[in-house]
Order: sequence, then structure tokens, then C-alpha cells
Amino acid sequence: MAGAAAAPRLELREISKRFPGVVANDAVSFQVPAGAIHALLGENGAGKSTLVKIIYGVQQADEGEIAFDGRPVHIGSPREARALGIGMVFQHFSLFEAMTVLENIALGMDEPPPRGELETRVRELLDSYGLALDPHRRVHTLSVGERQRIEIVRALLQNPKLLIMDEPTSVLTPQEVEQLFGTLRRLAAEGCSILYISHKLHEIKALCESATILRGGKVVASCDPREESARSMAELMIGGSLKDLSQKSTGAAGKERFVVSALSAPGEPPFGTSLKDVSFMVRAGEIFGIAGVAGNGQNELLAVLSGEERAGVTGSIRLDGRELAALSVGARRRAGLATSPEERNGHAAVPGMSLSENALLSARSRMGLASAGVVRAGATKAFAAKVIEAFSVKATGPGAAAGSLSGGNLQKFVMGREIMENPAVLVVSQPTWGVDAGAASFIRQAMIDLAAGGAAVVVVSQDLDELLELCDRLAVINEGRLSETMDVTGISIERVGLLMGGIHGGAHAAGQAGAAAGHDGRSPAPRQPEPAL
Amino acid sequence: MSLDLLVAILMTVAGAATPLLIAGLGELVVEKSGVLNLGVEGMMLIGAVTGFAVATSTGVPVLGALAAMAAAAAASLIFAVLVLTLMANQVATGLALTIFGTGVSALIGAPFVGITTPTLGPVFPDFLTSSPLLRLVFGHSPLVYVGLILTVAVAFFLNRSRSGLILRAVGESDAAAHAIGYPVLKIRYLAVLFGGAMAGLAGSYYSLVLTPMWAERLTAGRGWIAIALVVFASWKPGRMLAGAYLFGLVMTMELQAKAAGFNVFAPELLAALPYVATIAVLAIISAARRTGTAAPACLGKPFRAAA
Repeated sequence: MAGAAAAPRLELREISKRFPGVVANDAVSFQVPAGAIHALLGENGAGKSTLVKIIYGVQQADEGEIAFDGRPVHIGSPREARALGIGMVFQHFSLFEAMTVLENIALGMDEPPPRGELETRVRELLDSYGLALDPHRRVHTLSVGERQRIEIVRALLQNPKLLIMDEPTSVLTPQEVEQLFGTLRRLAAEGCSILYISHKLHEIKALCESATILRGGKVVASCDPREESARSMAELMIGGSLKDLSQKSTGAAGKERFVVSALSAPGEPPFGTSLKDVSFMVRAGEIFGIAGVAGNGQNELLAVLSGEERAGVTGSIRLDGRELAALSVGARRRAGLATSPEERNGHAAVPGMSLSENALLSARSRMGLASAGVVRAGATKAFAAKVIEAFSVKATGPGAAAGSLSGGNLQKFVMGREIMENPAVLVVSQPTWGVDAGAASFIRQAMIDLAAGGAAVVVVSQDLDELLELCDRLAVINEGRLSETMDVTGISIERVGLLMGGIHGGAHAAGQAGAAAGHDGRSPAPRQPEPAL
Repeated sequence: MSLDLLVAILMTVAGAATPLLIAGLGELVVEKSGVLNLGVEGMMLIGAVTGFAVATSTGVPVLGALAAMAAAAAASLIFAVLVLTLMANQVATGLALTIFGTGVSALIGAPFVGITTPTLGPVFPDFLTSSPLLRLVFGHSPLVYVGLILTVAVAFFLNRSRSGLILRAVGESDAAAHAIGYPVLKIRYLAVLFGGAMAGLAGSYYSLVLTPMWAERLTAGRGWIAIALVVFASWKPGRMLAGAYLFGLVMTMELQAKAAGFNVFAPELLAALPYVATIAVLAIISAARRTGTAAPACLGKPFRAAA
């Protein structure tokens, strides 16, 4: 791709960055030619984020050189990066919820033109790329895909020569991903280089023409993703071979274990989503998935099912025929309903407390860790130690503070704590969010084993691939409503994607990719129709 | 009621409202940047005593007002270093600043008790204040006009200027503002200093305009009302103006009721009226606003740049 004469758009030479106790980047070198889409691959903690921060001027490298269009450059701040022509779309969007789209765009520019002119330019850009976005809407009313478009427009207004995309698709529906790829391909065709960071390998295969793989802060391989398999790249990333999940249950058998019907709840002001008439049923031995883009009521659903939120909740939650809706969190736990929320640090676990104490908090009644109000310290410690061992949690022991564990290890502990209680029903949200591939496959296996033992498992996840791999049946949540349940075998990904994007009912399904589908008119914040690619 | 009396009452309302307005606008800007400074009362006292001391020593009340701003800004700088650089708890530090200001002002003010000072009185020529109605327009201390101009200026700054947009962005999401490349801490420092200067100016109004003498705890808790007014005003300068004048009216009613010999209640109860009104208004507002507050999302949270 790179012409013989042309210098690469971006070249990193021996970039190193150390933090106390960790080498985040160790002599990393690679090149991105002009107009290329280059992938940066690696597990969490491989050093991708640090590297990107160095390129965007948020951090400075300890050693090494960056050359841009052949000239060595020093990038001291994001402002200097933008001046060079480097744009960035953040993983966690750097947006201001209470402000309008236009204000957000203006904030991302160093010398924005006056309002009127800016609006004209934004509208031109949106038209030219076929992106739907209303400049005067406040950000908190927008879908995640629309939010990402703000970031992209923000970056494109500066006519970037290099666009960095940090995990851009982790929160998008399949259709939104396709649209994003269309935009990126067009940008690349126009000569803008793209540095694409992701761990979704099939996307990288579809989009990128070269890839650099990082592990432990070092470049371990470079490859052409189009010629690799997702599995081979994954093995390069983790530096070992991947284990296959054992066959999941056939799912047909089992009685109705967990039945939720007509569940409604008000959302938490100011930006919460209310649940509207959510119904689903999970059989014993079954894994039921709830797919959906973040912020569509998943957290509210978890809080209502766990019993954290009972004010204003209507509907019924039955476990083996017993009504739980009126019970407290503790009573639900005793009845056999275990839940694990999305946020592990600070919600599922108390970061400042030890693993023993954290085990006590949720398992005290079912595991008999306290009697007559007095903690049985020995039993608690033994239980925590058992969880640590059974789930191969890397920790110094039951006395280690929860906050000292890495995300993946803490998640293994939290999941282990719930699963070792041997619940009749387990409801988990984002069980493998931000967890490295090894731990993720361990956690998924544990859920399969739990279901195989006769429990009903509900997995709420944004990762559709995960749900397809794990679940027997799934439904999609959008703006607090749950779609009909679908069998995973023979499911239409397109249909799931449309449901995730907020298109209900069968009329608009398969084949249309949302081209003609309007919003359903029921949502408080109507979504723009997605243009076809 | 005669016109003269009505004008006199309205003039008193403006007088009572002005320091609340000025200090409140300062705190409003501080809070918009995401910092909660509960030390307004302390900074006002520092301003009041500094203004008094400088005005009596130099004989120039304007210098007093300027010195008041500088002194209170200096006090707010201590607060800023503690909560922004050292990331101390903002609530506790703000309370400490008030206690500190109370003590320091009493110490500095001790030699000045019982002296009177030249005041920052009406500035317009006499012929403009000959009739009651003209007096209502032109007969105020310059600080009353400063308060009104400041309202417009702060409203314009926050809603129309780019710097104001950035300041709001910092208060809305410090992490996002940092990621884009704005100097979060620097912006907050400037906001806190502005809030300090305004609190100082408001404090000097008590010692240079309302009562041209110094007494310990001269501001009598008005700094707290100014803070409450920020919430009352939903962080909007226009509503701050309305709120300050409304409270000015409540305070004036208390005085008038006393003067008119209206003593159905104990006088202490009347004196408590503005404070009761503060609590009532805050309770009503937070009950009415079930869909969330207009508060800046990062209000009171310390900011640590991501490693």
C-alpha cells in the first residue's frame, strides 16, 4: 500500500512507557501508511490504551520517537496532536450529557467558527457522509450510535490525516457497525489513515488491511488480518491456545423455573430508562440472554430483579412459582435468586473490603456465614478461599482487598461467590465486560456448568457474540422494552440488530437493514432512521 | 403608603439584595465549574474587614472594595490549593474556610471596632436624585449597579462565550474535558478565584455601604443564603437576580414589620424569616424537581487527571 517514495503517515520507533511497577509499552514500533486502516490488537492491559494516549498527546513516552508524514514530531498535548491532523474517537465518549450536539462539537475544536457557520459545516459533513444527527439535540437524549457520530463529526471537522478509533464498536448494533465501517472505508479511500483498536477479531478481519498485535506491552506479531483466522489472531493475542467451551445443554428439557411477567418500573431521574412491561421465562437448565445496547434499561432491570429497586415496580417475578416481587434483596437471595450487577467495583463488590468480607456480604444467609448476628469468621474465610480456589482467582488470599484485584480476577471472584451459593436462578449483567479472553472463557464455562446443574441463568450482555455462544434463547431490550424471545439456533443476526436499534415488530425485519424503517414512535427520544449503506 | 416610604423600602430591598446577588453570582460560576465552595460566608467576612480597614486607613472607599476582593480571592486561593491540588474534601474545606474567615476577620477587625468609615455612597450628581422616583434609579451605591451589570455579564459569559462553554463543560464532565485537552484544574482555579473576589466585594458592601462600621460576624450568615440561592436559581444568573431581590424583600419586610410595631410574633421569629424562607424554598424546589436537578454533574467531585 505504501508507495515507495511516500513516508508512512505515522511511524512509531521504539516507544517505551513505564509506570511504577509496570512497563506499559516496551520498545513498540510500527507504521501506518497513508490511507491505510491499521488494527492495533491486544488483550486488556496489553498496552493499547497507553500507546494511543501517547500518540494523541495525552501522555508522553519515556523513550522512543514518533514520526508523522516522515518528520519526527513531539506531541505534547491533544491540542498539538490535533494541530498535526490526528483525530481521536474515544472508547468512553468524551461528551457532555447536558449540552447540545453543537456545543459538544464546538468544545472539541480548537478554534471553532461562529455558531451559524459551525452548524452549516456540521450539516454539510453529516449529509456528505449520510450520517443522521440533529445538531440541536441534547446529548442525553441520543442513542449510543448517535453519540459516536458526534465524536466522529468532531474529529472529521478538523480534516484529520490520522483518525484513531478506540474500541468504537463495543456499544453499537450490527447495523451501526456496518454504517461505521462504511464511513471509515470512505475516509481511508480519501487518504485518511485509520488506527483501529479493538479486540473483536471478525471486525478487524472485515475492516483492516494490516495489524499490530501487542501483548504485555510488546509487539508480538504483525499480520494481515484478511489472511488470518480469528482464532489464530486470538492465540497471538493471548500467547497460547484457546480452549473450546464444552457443549452447552440442549435446553429443551426442564420446568419453568424463573418467570417474570409484566414488569414495569420508573427510571431513575434524570437520565434513567423506565422498564415497560418486561416479560420472560427461563427453564431449569437453560441460559437466557438479554441483548441490547447499553443504557436501554439493563441496569434498571438488574436492580428490579435483585430487589434493590422496589419503589414503583409493578408486575411479578416468580421463582419456582413463588412470588418474589414484594421481597427484599436478602429474602430473594435466601429464596435462591442470586444477582451480579454490571459494575463489579463498587456495586458487586466493595473495593476497600477484603474478599472474605465481600463474600460475607452476599452469601451470609445461604451459606450460613453468620449466626444470631455474629459473623462466623472462620467459615467466611473458608468460603472465600474455596471461591478463590475453585475459580482460580489470582489474589494473595481471602484477606486481599477486592479493589486490589484486576477486573478479570474480581469478576471471577464475584461470579464464583454467586455460583458457589448454588442458586436456583442466577442473573448476571456483563459477565465478561473488560475481562481478558482466558478469564472470559472460564466465566462462560462456569455459567454453562451452573445451568447444566439445573439452575436457570439470565445473562444480560452487550456482546452479542457472547450471547450467541452461551444462550439457548435470547431477547433484546430496547428503551426498557423486551422483545419476543428467540431461539438462538437459526437466529437472524440482522433481526437482532434491528431490535437492538429500536425497531420493533416483524414488518421491518430482515433484508432491509433499517433503510426504510422509521422509529417506532413510542420512545421519549425518537431515533433517527438509519440510512442504508 | 406614601411614595417616599415606598421608594425607601424599595431602596432597602436593593440594598439587602445586592451582596446576596454578587456573592451568589460568584458562587454560581464556581459551581458551574464543578467546585462547591461553602466558604462564602468566611470570604465575605474577610472582604468586609479588609474593605473596612483599607477604607479607613486610606480614606478611599473604592480602594477598600478592591482590597476586599483581593483579600477574599487570596482566601479562596487557599481553598483552591486544598481542594484542587491536594484534593481535600470540598465540603469540609469550605466549612473550614468559613470558620477561618470568621476568626481572621475578628482578629483583624479588633482595632476597628467602634470607628466609622467613609462609605461607598451614591455616585450620581444631586440633581438626579432630587425626586423619589429618580432616587430609585440613581440613588444607590455603585455596588448595586455593579450587581446588575454582573448578572448580565455572567449570563453572557456562561451562555454565549466560548470560555463560558468550556467552564460549563468542565463542570459537566471533568474527565471528558480533560480528554479533549482542556486544563480542568486551571479553569477551576480561575473560577474559584472569581468566586472569592465576588464574595469579598459582597462582604465589603456590608462594611462600606450598609453599616459603615465593623462588628464581628458582620455579614450575619448571608453567605449561606447566597449559597442556597445558587440552588434556588437552578444555576441560572437571571434567576439568581430574582432570588436575591426576593430575599432582599423578605429581609426588608422583617425590618419594616419591626419598625411598624408589628409584634404578633416574637422579634426573633421575624429575624429568622429569611433563613426559614431559605429552607422552605430549597425544600420546595427539590421536591418539585423530581426529574433531577440542574446541578453541574461534577459538582463537588475532586478531579484527578487519568494516569
